[in-house]
Amino acid sequence: MVTIKVVHYINQFYAGIGGEEKADHRPEVREGVVGPGMAFQKTFGEEAEIKATVICGDTYFNENLETATSEVIAMIEKYSPDVVICGPAFNAGRYGVASGAVAKAVHEKLGVPVVSGMYPENPGVDIYKKYAYIIETANSAVGMRKAVQPMAKLVIKLARGEQVGSPEDEGYISRGIRQNYFAAERGSKRAVNMLINKLKDVDYTTEYPMPVFDRVSPSAAIKDITKAKVAVLSSGGPVPKGNPDHIESSSASKYGKYSLQGIDDLNPENSETAHGGYDPVYANEDLDRVLPVDVLKEMEKAGEIGSLYEYWYATVGNGTSVANAKKFAAEIAGELKSSGVDAVILTST
Amino acid sequence: MCTIVPISLTVGANRIVPAVAIPHPLGDPSLSREEEKKMRRKLVEKALNALQTEVDGQTVFDK
Repeated sequence: MVTIKVVHYINQFYAGIGGEEKADHRPEVREGVVGPGMAFQKTFGEEAEIKATVICGDTYFNENLETATSEVIAMIEKYSPDVVICGPAFNAGRYGVASGAVAKAVHEKLGVPVVSGMYPENPGVDIYKKYAYIIETANSAVGMRKAVQPMAKLVIKLARGEQVGSPEDEGYISRGIRQNYFAAERGSKRAVNMLINKLKDVDYTTEYPMPVFDRVSPSAAIKDITKAKVAVLSSGGPVPKGNPDHIESSSASKYGKYSLQGIDDLNPENSETAHGGYDPVYANEDLDRVLPVDVLKEMEKAGEIGSLYEYWYATVGNGTSVANAKKFAAEIAGELKSSGVDAVILTST
Repeated sequence: MCTIVPISLTVGANRIVPAVAIPHPLGDPSLSREEEKKMRRKLVEKALNALQTEVDGQTVFDK
């Protein structure tokens, strides 16, 4: 049997170079096994060999993301590995991000599979889980022994081109990839069985886990709305006539920011909806039905609100990913805050 | 301001004002334009009122 070639990426700490004071260590490569590589090599036996270990300080990597990535990739490439191991990084944030960035580059530039290990809350997980099989680990190196077994097993499987099982079976963090398979029972039967188990309080596994939404604590009440600057936003797709930013009718990749200057009323001449997930007839007849600009402008003039923020923000909430929505929200909230907006009305369709 | 309150609850909105219908949350085409605008004003007032109310968790400002 041909021995599988592995390259291992670790940080300065696991290489025994030093802790935080050595975190600016520049990338270097050493032949053979270093640090945690020994445990992997022991598990591999004759089947695989760690040809080289690439080491980089966490701070250096994160502060020089692009340079460090290309330096590390060049070192890895020289050994033409069958599989690359990164970490495990446990809950070390910078190590997780470095491991993930290496994984992404190895995946994209070298087309070589990557196995890593991280604690689920490591920030490297969310950013890079698509590019590597990240085995779920404990939050510290105490979990090293438990991490090595499933990681090593996946390395062998990937190198041999064997089918990788589900995240539950193999112990890696779901990569968000769907795979077709033939189930023993048809969908309606599986759904009813699931429901019966749920009613009986028996364990069952959903076939479509819902995304996890974060929670924010409510902001304090506005003391006096007649002095507040109010902004109006919508996920119902209200855009100026012609949809100048070409916001997609579903799965939006962007949002728009539009001036309310000189607009006292939304009408079919100046506005429309870009949303493709509901019947647009009513919104296109009178977009105030989605974004209540007519009323808010009147209230502003009458002094019932302090002022109306001079722009509205809009996107299409139809099938838009949580990740995109989060990104839009962070940018919009930042702008609203720096513009001194006190309160926001967000409408959704 | 939304029509499907359970969705707003799921995504974590803290002050929720139920609206009219999915394709026209702040309108009702079955009313005259004048009546419709009155109703829209009422809903916006309700939202402004919600913004001026202290809440300690997700709150639905019911009709």
